[in-house]
Amino acid sequence: MSNENTGAVPEIRVSGLHKAFGDNQVLRGIDLEIGAGEVVCVIGPSGSGKSTLLRCVNLLEEPTAGQVFVGGTEVTDPDVDIDAVRRRIGMVFQQFNLFPHLTVTDNLTLPQRRVLGRGKEEAAEVAAENLRRVGLSEKAAAYPGSLSGGQQQRVAIARALAMGPEVMLFDEPTSALDPELVGDVLAVMRMLADEGMTMMVVTHEMSFAREVADRVVFMDGGVVVEEGAPAQVIGAPTHDRTRHFLSRLLDPALAEVEDKGAP
Amino acid sequence: MTEADTRVQPRRKGLSRRQKRAVSRGVQYAVFVAALVAFAVTADWEQLQNQFAQVDLAERMFPDIITLALKNTVLYTVSGFVFGLVLGVVVALMRLSSVGPYRWLAGIYIEIFRGLPALLIFIFVGVAVPLAFPGTEIPGGTYGKVALALGLVAAAYMAETIRAGIQAVPKGQMEAARSLGFSHARAMVSIIIPQAFRIVIPPLTNELVLLFKDSSLVLFLGVTLEERELSKFGRDLASETANSTPILVAGLCYLLVTIPLGFVVRRLEAKAGEATK
Repeated sequence: MSNENTGAVPEIRVSGLHKAFGDNQVLRGIDLEIGAGEVVCVIGPSGSGKSTLLRCVNLLEEPTAGQVFVGGTEVTDPDVDIDAVRRRIGMVFQQFNLFPHLTVTDNLTLPQRRVLGRGKEEAAEVAAENLRRVGLSEKAAAYPGSLSGGQQQRVAIARALAMGPEVMLFDEPTSALDPELVGDVLAVMRMLADEGMTMMVVTHEMSFAREVADRVVFMDGGVVVEEGAPAQVIGAPTHDRTRHFLSRLLDPALAEVEDKGAP
Repeated sequence: MTEADTRVQPRRKGLSRRQKRAVSRGVQYAVFVAALVAFAVTADWEQLQNQFAQVDLAERMFPDIITLALKNTVLYTVSGFVFGLVLGVVVALMRLSSVGPYRWLAGIYIEIFRGLPALLIFIFVGVAVPLAFPGTEIPGGTYGKVALALGLVAAAYMAETIRAGIQAVPKGQMEAARSLGFSHARAMVSIIIPQAFRIVIPPLTNELVLLFKDSSLVLFLGVTLEERELSKFGRDLASETANSTPILVAGLCYLLVTIPLGFVVRRLEAKAGEATK
């Protein structure tokens, strides 16, 4: 295994990953490495398997074949304590998934207390600190239902951060938001990136990918088609499928009807 | 005929829409009043009053009907409800289990106990259980038996309600909890079941109303004087005095509880409906 003694151990390493839902092959052999502190954006058309790839990293989906390592631990090892691994991996969902029966503060403190065994005061302190980071200290006592989508997503980020993760996974974090609320969430993510958090972000926000990502991965049909610096993948893509996807994304009006370019 | 005439023609034919509505409403009121009059004329009011409205007889029932009968009805209901709720949660979790035999067992249980009249369950608990397990006593005497019989019936209904409640909690809630490092069991207890209970409180309260009425089946178990609940209490006094007033009073005592409870259910349902908007 090459992930040991190579100096810089990649924070996330995916090798030969396959995932099928019944007969539907969603991932067909993914190899990917993400270094510590790196921000990687995964882009691609819907159905390309990018969310499934992300969900395989913390084993919300069980891969059909292949391996996933996070911080040197093999996540896909059937004997691994998956709950312990997940404590080190924060995840942010498209639909926020805050616990609606708990206040914002309790959303942040309950996991710390139940999962990490932190005391009441310590958990409350960590919660307050992380709410401050996402700029929502004044919503501490509110219930998620009374917050806007953008605020809910920032609380969800704070909830993940309160667990002290080494890695953050973002699954289309702004896709369910009204356009005017996207900016606040992206600002928080940018702050995290600047602080050196290792981030894997599935997104359709090309400007965020271009400005914040260290690397962009373009997926289509369950494989990585192209990866590299954002300026290269987004600015000067070498593959037809990448170009095709980007042109449709940047100017939907130009979309061509023919869509049978997949192998 | 001129053109204007042919255009007006359809309006003149028969009644207008407004007239039809007035006639329809008139007929409905007429039927209602006729039924009322027919009832008032044909009913033997004197007989009715003798049988159902003997004030002195009604007075004789107090305070025992409250301190003994209503108290026992409430006790039977609550003990049955608590046992049913515990069993119901267990059956609901079995129904959702990944272990096949658990699912089948829970399914069979639910089908059987929802498909049988509560009366048969009471007879079964009262007669068959002591016969099948001679020498064993159900703890708690009559109260234990009632809790068992009512609970067995209630659990089948509540299990389905609770299962639906658990499944109504969005999948993302479990995923968020798991991604934070909760184990499946811990996520169930801390995150999913509390939300499910909020969803099922109105239907469970409804079940409480049904149990409250079904507790009257206790009279098929054979109870001591001290263990009588509203129905038995009313019926005993009715046959003792050959007068039905006690039945009416017992009925009013049921309504005293069921109507406010029904009101609470509707309030809870309205609130739950708002919350999910």
